[in-house]
Amino acid sequence: MRYLPKSPADRAAMLQAIGIRSIDELFSPIPAEYRLTRDLAVPRQMAESEIVDWFKQRARENGEGYTSFLGAGAYSHYRPVVIDALVQRGEFLTSYTPYQAEFAQGTLQAIFEFQTMISELTGMDLANASMYDGSTGAAEAVMMAVRVTGKRGAVIARSLHPEYREVINTYATHQDIPLKLVGFAESGAIDLKELEGAVGDDTACVLIQSPNFFGTIEDVEAIAEIAHKRGALLIVSIAEAVSLGIVEPPRTADIVAMEAQSFGVPLGFGGPYCGVLATKEKFVRQMPGRLAGQTVDKNGKRGFVLTLATREQHIRREKATSNICTNQALVALMVNIFMTVYGKVGLRELAKHNLAKTAYAADQFGKHAKVLFASSPRFNEFVVQTREDPRAINSRLLEHKIVGGFPLKKFYPELGHAALWCCTELTTRSMIDTAVNLVSESESSVRLPKNAEPQAALR
Amino acid sequence: MKHMTRKATRHISQNEGLIFEKSSPGKAAWKLPPLDVPEVDTKALLGSQERKDLGNMPEVSEIEIIRHFTRLSTWNYAIDLGMYPLGSCTMKYNPRVNEFVARVEGLANGHPYQAEKISQGAMQIMKTLSNCLLEITGMDAITLQPAAGAQGELTGLLMVRAYHQSQGNARKKILIPDSAHGTNPATAATVGYAVENLKSNDRGMVDVAALAAQMNEDVAALMVTNPNTLGVFEQEIHKIAELMHAKGGLLYMDGANMNALVGKARPGDFGVDVMHLNLHKTFSTPHGGGGPGSGPVAIKKMLSPFLPTPVVITKPDGTLGFEYNRPQSVGRVRAFYGNFGMFVRALAYIFANGPDGLRQTTEDAVLNANYIRKGLEGVYDLPYSTPSMHEVVFSDKVQSKKGVKTMDLAKRLIDYGFHPYTTAFPLIVPGALMIEPTESEPLEELDLFIEAMKSIADEVEEDPQFVLDAPHNTRISRLDETAAARKPVLRWKPQA
Repeated sequence: MRYLPKSPADRAAMLQAIGIRSIDELFSPIPAEYRLTRDLAVPRQMAESEIVDWFKQRARENGEGYTSFLGAGAYSHYRPVVIDALVQRGEFLTSYTPYQAEFAQGTLQAIFEFQTMISELTGMDLANASMYDGSTGAAEAVMMAVRVTGKRGAVIARSLHPEYREVINTYATHQDIPLKLVGFAESGAIDLKELEGAVGDDTACVLIQSPNFFGTIEDVEAIAEIAHKRGALLIVSIAEAVSLGIVEPPRTADIVAMEAQSFGVPLGFGGPYCGVLATKEKFVRQMPGRLAGQTVDKNGKRGFVLTLATREQHIRREKATSNICTNQALVALMVNIFMTVYGKVGLRELAKHNLAKTAYAADQFGKHAKVLFASSPRFNEFVVQTREDPRAINSRLLEHKIVGGFPLKKFYPELGHAALWCCTELTTRSMIDTAVNLVSESESSVRLPKNAEPQAALR
Repeated sequence: MKHMTRKATRHISQNEGLIFEKSSPGKAAWKLPPLDVPEVDTKALLGSQERKDLGNMPEVSEIEIIRHFTRLSTWNYAIDLGMYPLGSCTMKYNPRVNEFVARVEGLANGHPYQAEKISQGAMQIMKTLSNCLLEITGMDAITLQPAAGAQGELTGLLMVRAYHQSQGNARKKILIPDSAHGTNPATAATVGYAVENLKSNDRGMVDVAALAAQMNEDVAALMVTNPNTLGVFEQEIHKIAELMHAKGGLLYMDGANMNALVGKARPGDFGVDVMHLNLHKTFSTPHGGGGPGSGPVAIKKMLSPFLPTPVVITKPDGTLGFEYNRPQSVGRVRAFYGNFGMFVRALAYIFANGPDGLRQTTEDAVLNANYIRKGLEGVYDLPYSTPSMHEVVFSDKVQSKKGVKTMDLAKRLIDYGFHPYTTAFPLIVPGALMIEPTESEPLEELDLFIEAMKSIADEVEEDPQFVLDAPHNTRISRLDETAAARKPVLRWKPQA
């Protein structure tokens, strides 16, 4: 086996040194009836060339070469090549959690820079070293708010990513955290009246997403006021990190729970991604996850360590702030390099390109279908309502190697035949024009009354 | 240096400040193509929501970025540089073909919501990996969704709870041996269970008599790591399973140490009902400086109604699809389908090994640990003489008489060019040195390690202060962790 660095002679010498005759003796602690005496029924050992061929074949069956208008929590942005060149250095790729700080200063300093840039971008005092992803980060933020406030209820916007809501549901069920949902107004933004009614003195936090699931930018200040009036924290989830280049960050929030995938992390069929929590300084001791901190060595030289570990499971066990151990270090490093490449000016210019593409696409779609929530400021995503079921439109688009918007019926049936379309800097004008033409042809060929149920839902 | 080491030599290490300290206005590492749509008036589109300033974000050029991160990287130790014997972390070789196939276009760029019709490749990978992991563990069903081992534990316990609830009683507590990893109790608490500790016996194993006394109808499950954190196989595991099952409880296995069992024994065969795997340990996906992990959970049939949604299924037309309609599901633990990129890597590892390679891997991992045990026995205290599997746990009992503790020995080991073992864990061994070499170490590396550890033991006898002051050869000496925690500086700020 090519990964194993021993010759038969080495193995024999080692057995002899240990003082045993055969390797089987080392497995004698396993009761004989449970020792496997056959080969595992897994595929035979493959050559590297065969492995590459097999995966390339799977890739061809996986949407290779399609143009996509999907966003909905996973965004296609350009990834500068320096990202993969650097994260594949073995010293980053094949090291582990920096428990031995003197021997892991590279990882630790990188985390410290990551924490700094996330704090700058989100308008928070500080950030942790990363969480699994945006969904679990949001759930951890809710549990953190419960610890901070000593209250239990969470009020959650329906315009938060539906799968994030599902994850929060799973976590909250056994923590005795009652969840209340608040709908959206005609603008696409959270219904402030309904929110006001939903927040009570027992509310630990209000959790919204901005830009929300429909791409609509929320009035964070107004929401913060409602939450803070009743002593609740405001958590803002950000799924599209590139928005931070041009959209005012949620400075009045208490916790920002971000998915940083947009910053240089491949779509990768949904993961691994990079969640992050950022918060106010006063809440740091209730924050879950790893933190790198600056300190000095014996000679006064600057260095970095993992710090505030007394919050964590390996010290606190069942009293820890979270059961989380790892962060997403290598993915956070991708994010870190992306933020460094674009920096102060580039991130803004990049976000402007995204804004322009989306504005153009929404205009074009608006000529042939209804773009919902059009009066509200938005970033990258917009909802298109059609006469025909978007699933039917999408399967026609697929024949032209185009992946259409994300059908919303499953999560928002009240929006009728609506789909969430997304453009980024990678979406070209000709891609937009082609898609708009196909949708418009498709629309003019159907004579269904608006919002009617289609005859058969195509998949 | 006191004693010479054959493993490492000092060499020039570049200094490098924080990236913010290199920034100055006008430098850039980015270039956007010309905009092919009309420019927009950001003020008109965003109004008061427009952001004007990005604060202290850096402005640097591409070569500075390459040098910055390359310099930082050289301050790290890594598997690629040598043995990394962190016990319970399974720091094995991370094959490069894994990285290559994970970056193949259609896999790296697949969108999680693209139509099932054009997602067959990704689902085929998930299905094939699932089948392999089920064969390896001897279990009946699996979810790949959990993002890491700790989340796997959470998912497993959620299913345990849902199962008991379906039987009419969710039960109250989880039994956890005192040798367990800290995540086990932290997870049990997250799922709303009380934690009850289970004492280990004098051989470092679960005390079966104590378990029998503590087991009752309030206990939902026992979480056991097997081999346990001492590297010892729980020889009475079947009795443990019987005891649990007799009172309607379930047996959860923390699969952190599965590298000792693959191809040699299957948890499903010895009575385990639910277990998680760590793809970044046993199945070679990179540790990446602390993640991403991936923590699939394998279960016995009676737990399958409770799997997180969605589940990959084969549809009547033979194609693969995601099934969402599972009314008894515990719900979702993560958006989308889990850390898919790690599935690709783990499957590439299984392909590269095949059944013979997987078995040989396990045998070599156990062989290496026992070779180290033999080499260091008598030099360091071995608190439990029970046979070791893939890792061995010594203690600093001898050296601490000179005031030198496990962490001090670890710091000195750095000077010898090795990453330290896991220190001060498991908790049942005061001053533990937990050593897991994995199968990836050649004989000469093992010999160098043994030589280094012996040399350090000698240094403790000759000049303990020299060891207490270690490391001597790193860029920085021991860092003030107390100050870091007392007045946390968690981000850079420009000097006022």
